[in-house]
Amino acid sequence: MITLSNIDKSFGDKQVLFDVSAHFEQGKCNFVIGASGSGKSVLMKCMVGLIQVDKGKIEYEGRDFAHIDYEQKQLIRKEIGMLFQGTALFDSLSVEDNIAFPLRMFTTMNEVEVIDRVNFCLKRVDLVNVNKLFPSSLSGGMKKRVGIARAIALNPKFLFCDEPNSGLDPLTSRLIDHLIQEITYEYNITTIINTHDIKSLFEMGDNIIFIYKGRNWWEGEKSAIRHSGNEELLSFMKASEF
Amino acid sequence: MRLIEFLGEYFLFLKSLFARPEKFRIFIKQTFTEMYSIGVGSFSIVSLISIFTGAVSTIQIGYQLVSGLVPEYLIGRIVRDSNILEFSPTVTCLVLAGKVGSSIASEIGTMKVTEQIDALEIMGINSTNYLVLPKITAGLITIPLLVIYAMFLSILGGAISGVVSELITIDAFVKGLRADFIPFSVTFALTKATTFAFIITSFSAFYGYKTQGGALEVGQSSTKAVVFSCIGVILFDYILSELMLSR
Repeated sequence: MITLSNIDKSFGDKQVLFDVSAHFEQGKCNFVIGASGSGKSVLMKCMVGLIQVDKGKIEYEGRDFAHIDYEQKQLIRKEIGMLFQGTALFDSLSVEDNIAFPLRMFTTMNEVEVIDRVNFCLKRVDLVNVNKLFPSSLSGGMKKRVGIARAIALNPKFLFCDEPNSGLDPLTSRLIDHLIQEITYEYNITTIINTHDIKSLFEMGDNIIFIYKGRNWWEGEKSAIRHSGNEELLSFMKASEF
Repeated sequence: MRLIEFLGEYFLFLKSLFARPEKFRIFIKQTFTEMYSIGVGSFSIVSLISIFTGAVSTIQIGYQLVSGLVPEYLIGRIVRDSNILEFSPTVTCLVLAGKVGSSIASEIGTMKVTEQIDALEIMGINSTNYLVLPKITAGLITIPLLVIYAMFLSILGGAISGVVSELITIDAFVKGLRADFIPFSVTFALTKATTFAFIITSFSAFYGYKTQGGALEVGQSSTKAVVFSCIGVILFDYILSELMLSR
């Protein structure tokens, strides 16, 4: 469970986030939606500590994250898995080494155990015989799956997905969605998905937060969207061919 | 003002760098990989540059000492001193600033713009420590070794060119090499090489790390890394000469 309280963030004179408060529940797919430039990517970066907030609190299961030093932050980050928009796989490492990377860094597993875990994660994302391939030789969908495999290698408590479907065809998008949803429920992870893809939202969204001009404009379950009466949210949905 | 800002950012970058590596075994492995890349990868260019620097210095010194009053062996002595004190450490490091510096800056810059560094941070890894410390350590070990190698080759190149162009006999050249040798010259050269190694690797990593944007900015960072590394090498060449050689 992650709780945000009164988050403010400015870049120079430009304020991007205004008093954002939200609650992301464990074992659920929590969606953050909003138009481009609304501040949802900045919010996600604040949540994982890549951007320092100006004001407000971020709590991971009651543990403060926004106002602790770098070393303490690194400890909480070891519980976080992240799927990046561009996958951010290490291009100098093979698929196997990419997934093994956090295992070799943070566990005392021997090499046989590491490879077993890598193979388990690859099987979990329906990839086989790709261990020795490099990211440059993979398709977009395969890269996303490897990204998910790397993100779950250490059994994270929190999974962040930044635009998991961007650049993928509709069929592969749905496969990635189902994979994220299955993993969330199976391992009881707090998953936060930042997306524009309304189809994904209606297929797998449990909790939804709509960010509009840097503010938490609407929050609720997907079934409540149609009757929300929130003009900005409904027009965003309509523009997305809802 | 911008200089103070630059220095502030640079020293904060260095501060973040020096932490205990997460896994020492991985740090050692990374360092050896970087040593191979910097050392073996630069072997041929350093060989070529050194032989020709030595050869040209012999010919030019011979050309300037055309007098029956100056003993022939002095050519060997001047070639030895100029190559050990200046040409081998400085020219080699200027070449390495171009080759190694641009490679480090573009590698780290590309990782930055493709969010690979963010991925490291989110995994809980100190990215500067993981990525940059092995490169600096490898540079501090490998570049002085390359400079020692360059010293030998430049003197060899000087001897060959002196003999081939009939400026000096090999016996006179060897006599010059052995005349009034001051071992401190080598200490000075290696101090310079170590300082330059730190400048090249840390400046290049710093500019790579500061990259924001895309492919264009990676190229710009790489260019800045080379330019500022060269300026750093020349500046510290003067400072170290003033500190260690002036009386």
